[in-house]
Amino acid sequence: MSKLSQRHLLGIKNITRGDIELIFETADNFKDVINRPIKKVPSLRDVTIANIFFENSTRTRLSFELAEKRLSADVVNFSASTSSVKKGETLLDTVNNILAMKVDMVVMRHASVGAPHFLSKHIKANIVNAGDGTHEHPTQALLDAFSIREKLGSLTDKKVAIIGDILHSRVALSNIFALQKMGAKVMVCGPPTLLPKFIANTGVLVELDVRKALEWCDVANVLRIQLERQQIKYFPSLREYTLYYGINKKLLDDLNKQIVVMHPGPINRGVELSSDAADSQHSIILDQVENGVAIRMAVLYLLAGATN
Amino acid sequence: MQKKLILDSDLLDITLNRLCQQLIENHDPFDQTVILGLQPRGIYLAELIHTKLERELKRSIPLGYLDATFHRDDFRRREIPAKASETRVPFVIEGKKVILIDDVLFTGRTVRAALDAMIAFGRPEKVELLVLIDRRRTRDLPIAADYVGKYVDTIDTQRVLVEWKAQGNKQNKIWLINKDK
Repeated sequence: MSKLSQRHLLGIKNITRGDIELIFETADNFKDVINRPIKKVPSLRDVTIANIFFENSTRTRLSFELAEKRLSADVVNFSASTSSVKKGETLLDTVNNILAMKVDMVVMRHASVGAPHFLSKHIKANIVNAGDGTHEHPTQALLDAFSIREKLGSLTDKKVAIIGDILHSRVALSNIFALQKMGAKVMVCGPPTLLPKFIANTGVLVELDVRKALEWCDVANVLRIQLERQQIKYFPSLREYTLYYGINKKLLDDLNKQIVVMHPGPINRGVELSSDAADSQHSIILDQVENGVAIRMAVLYLLAGATN
Repeated sequence: MQKKLILDSDLLDITLNRLCQQLIENHDPFDQTVILGLQPRGIYLAELIHTKLERELKRSIPLGYLDATFHRDDFRRREIPAKASETRVPFVIEGKKVILIDDVLFTGRTVRAALDAMIAFGRPEKVELLVLIDRRRTRDLPIAADYVGKYVDTIDTQRVLVEWKAQGNKQNKIWLINKDK
């Protein structure tokens, strides 16, 4: 089968392992396309895609826009800060107005959990979730898993530690689902205040000591401290966080083994990851960015192609 | 379902030898010529011809695989998106003579997509098309092959089945199949 089980990509939770494998195989081909002299294919020539971002984004939005343009789709961009949302329009009205202009697909980021799920029940266009609050960020998880697969050959039985602000991270949850579906073992590590209370119910290991987590894992996916989402203080100071949970090159070199370091960006250099670690040979951070375009091309291609 | 054999292994070998001789006639000494097999099924024919040519000429000839999936014109017009295969063009095609190779020429739409896909790698001096089976009078587009293994007259309900040893079949065989309605 070369068709996804879903019409939308709302989260990793509701897609299957087969879906993920199909996306990976398609992304392999698109990765080849974006490394050619002419990086464009005409597949989505008659498809219009709206990128609706109710929350700030640089990487994801650029990556989606590039993916859409490399597939020859027509792209319209929308950001909440410059729109009528400020005047009090509802989400459904905003999106319906955009769809009335004959848009086929919607890529959406929203600060509220479940916003794309809500939309998917009310509109006909295919929806790709580009991050909903602290819930899911499926394309990031897919590109992370794809990058690990590329680096280590497969995901089966690989040990992946997700380190940092798990509580406020949509990347963490989507990553947990994606990695587990592909047969990897997952551990989360961070200060107890930044670990969700029932996270162990998802089947992940929980570790409070970053050194032990690094010793255990093949891959460390380091997450940003999301200060903008933190209404109260979860730890005394950034300096203290860096002291206990910051990852630097010395820490990695002392491990005496090969380790892969990932970060979904944006990096707070010197907080969760030091500059020398982010730029070291362990890091595949820029590969993640390149793979992001290929993965998003694959997702858009597969969703747009299933027309029934 | 009825099956009729159009080319068996021995006859196929004779046909392939003839196609190779025709290629040599036009391309010798092959220093400016590259071969591109079309995915997914044209690559087996391309490999066979490539091996024969290299053996005959005692020199290496560049061989690549071209996948035209993302350039097809039926995307969103069929229920399921077509699955892509690997494209491997490990040489420069700019200014070269390209021989495109596919197993069956039917509507010509795959070849059109392939021409599109190929241009992404550069501007060849000349492009030729070689097919094993040409289904006559079935073309949707003004496309014709330069080298043809065998012409076959078919009707809509018939299909050409190509079995390659490289795909795990016992022998190379070409069949004409009558589809049940």
